[in-house]
This record gives sequence, C-alpha cells and structure tokens, in this order.
Amino acid sequence: MGIVEGKFSDNFITSKVDSLVAWARKSALWPMTFGLACCAIEMMASGAARYDFDRFGVIFRATPRQSDVIIVAGTVTHKMGDAIRKVYDQMPEPRWVIAMGNCATCGGPYANYAVMQGVDEIIPVDVYVPGCPPRPESLMWGVMQLQKKIEQEKYIRK
Amino acid sequence: MVGVANVSRIEQQSTLHGTEELVINMGPQHPSTHGVLRVILKLDGETVNDLDCDIGYLHRGTEKIGENINYTMFIPYTDRLDYIAAPSNNLAWVTAVEKFFDWEIPMRAQYIRSMVGELSRIASHLLWLATHALDIGAMTVFLWCFREREMVLDLFETAFGGRLTVNAFRLGGLHEDVPDKFLQLTQEFADIFPSRVDDYETLLTNNRIWLQRTRDVGIISAEDAMDLGLTGPIIRGSGVKWDLRRAKPYAAYPYLDFVVPIGENGDIYDRYLVRIEELRQSIYIIQQCLEQLPGGPVSCKTPRTIKPPEGEIYHSIENPKGEFGFYIVSDGTTTPYRVRIRPPSFINLGGLKKLCVGQLVADVVAIIGSIDIVLGECDR
Repeated sequence: MGIVEGKFSDNFITSKVDSLVAWARKSALWPMTFGLACCAIEMMASGAARYDFDRFGVIFRATPRQSDVIIVAGTVTHKMGDAIRKVYDQMPEPRWVIAMGNCATCGGPYANYAVMQGVDEIIPVDVYVPGCPPRPESLMWGVMQLQKKIEQEKYIRK
Repeated sequence: MVGVANVSRIEQQSTLHGTEELVINMGPQHPSTHGVLRVILKLDGETVNDLDCDIGYLHRGTEKIGENINYTMFIPYTDRLDYIAAPSNNLAWVTAVEKFFDWEIPMRAQYIRSMVGELSRIASHLLWLATHALDIGAMTVFLWCFREREMVLDLFETAFGGRLTVNAFRLGGLHEDVPDKFLQLTQEFADIFPSRVDDYETLLTNNRIWLQRTRDVGIISAEDAMDLGLTGPIIRGSGVKWDLRRAKPYAAYPYLDFVVPIGENGDIYDRYLVRIEELRQSIYIIQQCLEQLPGGPVSCKTPRTIKPPEGEIYHSIENPKGEFGFYIVSDGTTTPYRVRIRPPSFINLGGLKKLCVGQLVADVVAIIGSIDIVLGECDR
C-alpha cells in the first residue's frame, strides 16, 4: 500500500473506490423473481431453508424497481418476450441478467414455433446456468460467477 | 336519528357521483399468479365484477412435439407439463400408451409407480401449501414445507437420479429397479412426515387470520363444479367424492386402501383441509406399498420399437391437481398421429370467474392459490 502504509491507526482499512463499490454491489444482489416454468421451482428451492440464498445477500424482490439482477428461470415464449423486455427496462442500472436453465439459454428441448431460442435474443445475458432444470447448487454457482464478474467491473477508472 | 340522516346523505352522494368500473391488469409477471397467468379484472371499488384470463404465456407446443417423436421419447416432455409433480405425468403417459397393448406390467413396477405417484402428490401439495400460505401472508409455512419437499426430492434423486424432472417410468414398467436405499429412506420419510403435517396444521388450521382469509371465500357449489368439469381437490372440497384412483383404478390402487376426503362448503378452507388430509392419505398409501411390495422383475418384455395398432385411446389418472389425461391417436407407426393432453389446471382455471365474481380483489390471490394451477400443463 506504499505511501499510506502505517499512516493510520489499526481501525482503518485502505481500499480503492472501485473495489469498495464492487464489493458493495456484489454482496447485496437482489434478484427479481421471474419464474416462468420448471426452473422457477428450483429457484424457490434455492431461496428456501436448505440452500438459503440469503447468506449470499440474495433476497428475492417482487418488483423490478428494487432489483439488481433478473434471474430468467424457465421457457421464454414469444408471447412472454414483450413482458420480459418491459420488466428489464424497468430495472434501475446497474443491472445484470442470469439465464437459468436450458430454455432461457437456448430454447432447450423446445425448438418450435412458440419458444424463443434463448432469452439473449431480447436482453443481454451475463451468466448462463445450464441444466434442465439446474440444481440449486448450479444456480448458486451462477450467482457466484456473477459476483466474480461484478468484482472485476470498473466504475471510476475505466 | 342522526345516523339515519347520515346514511341517506351518503346514499344520495353515491348516486349523485356514481361509481365507475376500473379495469386492472394482474400478471403475467406477478408473484402470486403461480407462473405466468394474466388476469384482467373489472373492479367496482374493491369488488370484482368480471374477470378474464389471458393464458398462453408458457405455450411450448408440447402436443405438436408429441406428433414428431416416438412414444418413449415423449416421456421427458411429460415431466415438464406439471413440473411440480413430474412422476405423475410420466405415469399418465406410460399407462395411456400401455393401454394400446396387452402387456402384463409386473406387480413390483405397479407398486413402485403408485408409491412414487403418491410421493409426487406430497411434493405437489407441499409446494401448493407453501406458496398459497405465502400469498396469504404466512412465511413460516413456506420454509417448513420446503424442508419436507427437499426430503421428497432427495427420494426421487435416490431412485431416478433427478430432482424435479425425473423421467421416472418407462413403457412396460421401470427402467431399472429402485435401490434398497430408496425404500429405506422412504420408510424413514413415512415415519417422520405425519408429525410434520400436524405441525403445518398448528400454524394454519385454527389460525384466526387464515380462517378469515379462507372461510366462506371463493365458494363453488357441487353442481357448478361438476358443470364446469372441475376435478381434483377443488371438486372434492365441494363435497363430490370423485377420485380417479377409486373411480378408474390404475397402477396398484385397486389393492390399496385409502379414504377420499371431501369438504362441505366448497370454500378455500375446505380445499385446504382436503389437501391436508390427502397428504396423510398419501403417506398411508406409501406405507401400504412398502409393506406389500412384491419382489420380481420391474419391467415386462417390450418390443424394441413401440408400434401401437391403429386406433385411438384416452386414459386419465388422478394427478395432484385433478384429472390428467392423454388422448392418443395412433396410425400404426412409431410416432403418434395426434397427442392431446387433458390438463386439470386449464379446466380448473375455467372456474376462476365463477369463484371470483362478487369477491374482493384481495381474495383473488387466495382463490388462484386455492385452485392450485400450474401453467406448464395449462398452456402446454
């Protein structure tokens, strides 16, 4: 820490603004509950007692205006696409997207007229979590990947 | 006298100003519509005058997919219809296809099918109780129900390798025998679970808030329920003893003893009591299955390619949500000519208007919860 080392008493921590902001952002990711299909059940299981997402600072919010991350859990149909885009646009920045499950990633087993072949056709995705449906552990992995990504983002010094 | 004068003044004012109907939109993104249901409500103040459901937000073309793949390949797709109770859907499909043939399904397979079917009923009812109570405002029930639901999912994982979409059964029986550990863990679960159901009941059954939110709300009479074709706990809550496990027994149900619980008033509270009792009956059935489980093979000899004879067939089973059936038209080839799914959620959702009109807008959430819909099978 060079020039600041030993200048302060024990109670002080020196850090970069970027890492402080990133630390704050990654430690309180509030996801929007966007359960569409089967994956939503596993998402709920992740929030429940055994997997307990609260310990990651992940607390599900029911409104896009209070959330940082949207977990698109389930099959995205063309009919649902508009609603997803609308919800995503309502979220304040910075915002991230986790595509949970094969359907949200690439259409999954449904390659037909009704289903959008991946939610990345309408909104930018940060983390893809594969599985049909992914186990809660996989979703946990996805959230941790997102936290790693947020850690590396720079806000002040580009 | 003053009071009377005030009332007449208010009446006068309300007729003077008049009231206007308000149309509000609920969903498709709403945490208490249990998926992606959209309801358009016409309100007069807080009273629901009319409502309309907009479905199809999860239409995945499952029936069309069924026409293009062979009979065995369709089993995983049935998992994703009513994803809360996947093995039940597998059971409906395999028993429907088996109806084309005169195969002797081994008794061990039949018992395991019934047992896993009941486990999936428990999983489904637990999820229903968890989310329904959460909608009405009880958070603890959610955490408690998921605790036991994880136990059921662990059982599925032990037997079939998957948690949610398990792809449990095959045409002609099972893929392979369940491990001994599964039976042992199921026994442990069956020993623990009844006391846990009592725990849920201590939280809700005599809870004053729960009673106020559910009693005499969303009433449907037995005649109306039958006219609308409602099935499952919703019609049993209205006092009709209609259960396909009894009416048209399949798998090992002819050899199993259980009570079909019914309600009296047909309100939300009765549907709740019916489902709670079904949880107990399911455990009773599982215990009987464990005691009576015969040995022997788990699959009969099936041809390498499944080619049903030309013809059509309808077969339905008692899913946790109601009558879940498949209508299959075969043209004698390896793929079906037409697959039609009879989804309980879709048809039960038809009763939503009857249940909601005249109720308060806050009760709509409770009523949707009490129907227990899952949009995967509703939209197909």
